[in-house]
Amino acid sequence: MEDSLVVDDTNPRTLLHSGDPLSPWMIVWTAFRNHKGALVGAGVFTVIVLAVLVGPFVYTVDPQHLDITQKNLGVSFQHPLGTDNLGRDMLAQVLSGGLIALSVGFTAMVLSLVVGTAIGVLAGYFRYFDGPLMRLTDLFLALPLLPLLLVIIMLFRDTLRAAFGPEAGIFMLIVFVIGITSWMQTARIVRGETLAIKEREFVRAAQSVGTPQLSIVIRHILPNILSPIMVSATLGIANAIITESTLSFLGLGFPPDFPTWGRLLYDGANFITITPARVIWPGLAISLTVLSVNFMGDALRDAIDPRVRTQ
Amino acid sequence: MKSPLTRFGWVAVASTVLVVAGCGPSEGTGSDGSAQQEGDKTLKILYWQAPSTLNPYLSGGTKDIDAASLVLEPLAQYNERAEMLPLLAEEIPTLKNGGIAEDLRSITWKLKPGIEFSDGTPLTAEHVEFTGNYCLNPQMGCNSAASFEHVEGFEVGEDSLTITVKFSEPKGFPYGPFVGSTAPILNKYQFENCTGLRAQECSEQNFAPIGTGPFTVANFRAKDVITYRRNENFRHEGKPFFDRVIFKGGGEAASAARAVLETGEFDYAWNLQIEPEILAQMERAGKGRVRAGFGSQVERLIVNLTNDDPALKDERSLYKGGENAHPFLSDHSVRKALSIAIDRNVLVEAGYGLAGKPSCNLIPAPSYYASEANESCKVQQIDEANRILDEAGWLMGEDGVRVKNGVRLSILYQTSTNSVRQGTQALIKQMWQRIGVETELRNVDGAVFFGSDPASPDTFQKCFADIQMYTNNFVGTDPGAYVAGWTCKEIPGPDNQWVGTNDSRACDPEYDAKVPIMQQEANREERIRLAKELNDYVVQDYWEIPLIHRATTSAIANSVQGPTVNPWDAELWNIADWIRTE
Repeated sequence: MEDSLVVDDTNPRTLLHSGDPLSPWMIVWTAFRNHKGALVGAGVFTVIVLAVLVGPFVYTVDPQHLDITQKNLGVSFQHPLGTDNLGRDMLAQVLSGGLIALSVGFTAMVLSLVVGTAIGVLAGYFRYFDGPLMRLTDLFLALPLLPLLLVIIMLFRDTLRAAFGPEAGIFMLIVFVIGITSWMQTARIVRGETLAIKEREFVRAAQSVGTPQLSIVIRHILPNILSPIMVSATLGIANAIITESTLSFLGLGFPPDFPTWGRLLYDGANFITITPARVIWPGLAISLTVLSVNFMGDALRDAIDPRVRTQ
Repeated sequence: MKSPLTRFGWVAVASTVLVVAGCGPSEGTGSDGSAQQEGDKTLKILYWQAPSTLNPYLSGGTKDIDAASLVLEPLAQYNERAEMLPLLAEEIPTLKNGGIAEDLRSITWKLKPGIEFSDGTPLTAEHVEFTGNYCLNPQMGCNSAASFEHVEGFEVGEDSLTITVKFSEPKGFPYGPFVGSTAPILNKYQFENCTGLRAQECSEQNFAPIGTGPFTVANFRAKDVITYRRNENFRHEGKPFFDRVIFKGGGEAASAARAVLETGEFDYAWNLQIEPEILAQMERAGKGRVRAGFGSQVERLIVNLTNDDPALKDERSLYKGGENAHPFLSDHSVRKALSIAIDRNVLVEAGYGLAGKPSCNLIPAPSYYASEANESCKVQQIDEANRILDEAGWLMGEDGVRVKNGVRLSILYQTSTNSVRQGTQALIKQMWQRIGVETELRNVDGAVFFGSDPASPDTFQKCFADIQMYTNNFVGTDPGAYVAGWTCKEIPGPDNQWVGTNDSRACDPEYDAKVPIMQQEANREERIRLAKELNDYVVQDYWEIPLIHRATTSAIANSVQGPTVNPWDAELWNIADWIRTE
């Protein structure tokens, strides 16, 4: 797997440099390090993740605790980011909202990536799957998303709620719904790349020596289409965070007192002139997360792809 | 290498900036000096829901009824103090002046002589009779049918200026037909060919009805904007004071308020359910004022008395005689504890400000109808609630939730999506936590929740929740039809396509028997006593838990004088008297 990742046998220029005993991942890291945006992105992202994971243990204010006498406060020692119109602490809400946003974003991204890649590779590599699977993709692309979400949530909400409780049930439902409705672009891109790669000499060579199909896909195809998958993954996280916000706003997402970044942003929008912090912090958190993930994906793509790296 | 990723990143930043910028106070583009002169004679009204027709008989929407009230007039209307005033009629018929028959089966109206429609046709009783028959036609699906309940027929007097409405049974309050903006007079010659099934097809007529009101329709763009011109044939010399009215529809409450109070682009904006601090802050910009009018609107909790367990599938929230009762809400002491644990003053402070008052009644107004028997609910009584629950055997579990025989006091509490309502939900959840009740909140998009689609599980009629919250009120000043809403036959279910107003699914023969007695009572004092009794019955048995007596809130530009927020009739009821000062 690691050998084929770098695909150095197809690129003579890499061979020339391979006098140093660098592992392939070290090469990727070196290339990644040269991308300044990516480094900053990785730093910001680490800070956000740490804050969200460790923050609630350090800052132990209950994000759902209401105190109407403390409403619409500005920055103070007691409430570092102020409070909302019901007296809930903003910092605690932003921290706990981040956990939801990030978990939804990652899990939904992984789900859509797995589905999209599987369908894309199958359609691209096996000719007889191509027609049916691509028509299925077209079908999903043509489906009106919002009514579909409405129906899915309507049908399964109460069952999942009874089985896993309101929060875990809704979490699974939302992750599933977002994942299942956002894999199509990945599938199309992956199929296109697979079609191109499978005609290349090294794949032909592997086929001619009788390598099993599955091994060809895993050892030769997948490593070579890793960069478009990376692109999809980064876009997918951003997309999932934004979709979750939309759903919460429509009342289809988490319960309304459950802070997520999207909901905080929508709830705060009307209060922007009174307590600007209510919009700025969640908005900044969404933007920074999406932006840093995108920069990292961008750099990773360049770093992994030998054609770009060696230029 | 420029990649799509980086570009996407910038889009994300840019859109955040846009969101932030879009929400800030924007400077009004303002009218320049040359337009000022004409602007004085033009009134600009902004409703954040856009009218789709100007025929109030075809729409139940307040937006449509209000927009039509500039053109069409009823025989009598209500002012902001809930007093009935004659408009096209000479006087209000009463038992004393002989306008109402002794047997309460008919009412006779006399029209003012000499009134003309805007096209010059004289107003006669034939037009009134036509309008009545237009709505009574069973094929047309008249939206004002409630106003014409129990009407048997009409009789036009010989002078063509009197009309008698006959009822099939004694009516204690016969002022339904032709009173208020939901039942105005149409022009017979215009609508002659638009009766029954053809009513919906007559777009030309429905979009530009000819009426006796102060304005006429110059241009109607459905779901967008209406332009009115002054009616030159209006019966009051010199009125209205505006030459033109522009009635714009669409948007949402906060931006509508901003357009009047902060940027001054509009003169009047309607129905502003926004957090009080936002409104107060906008008002400080000095361009306009916020006015509230208290009608009969009450924000209440509806307690589901049937079992809403999803496992029941088709029998979920289905009323089946005494069976299928709710596992814990059927216990009177639980319902009572839930009600007295709520601090209604906090709810008002957080979500309503001047636009709400704590309420312990479902009929809070007109003031003479409001019962005084339930005032104790205005004070939060956590200790008392805990005591009641302890006494009833609901004991506090280890996780802070009360249990009895394995049943936990865990409530699913739903309402429509609106930030004020979500705030109220969160506050009530915390109050109930203090008496050992666990609450799960749910919000449903308003279009679905109030959409009345029998196929949707999320409508308020389905009530697939333990508790739900919304506002209800009654039309006009008389609660006669409203109290019938809690009778057994009003329980929504598959038999009646889930239509019905008794969402709590309470069914009590004793209550049912009292309703017709009240409806047929003509003596005012006795009628009021009966209405209070029915209100107390529902409130004290906690079928519904009243929370807040809500006002309709509107924003009015400082330069316009005359508007009074009228919760009893169309808000624009006295637009002929509005005038621009300055």
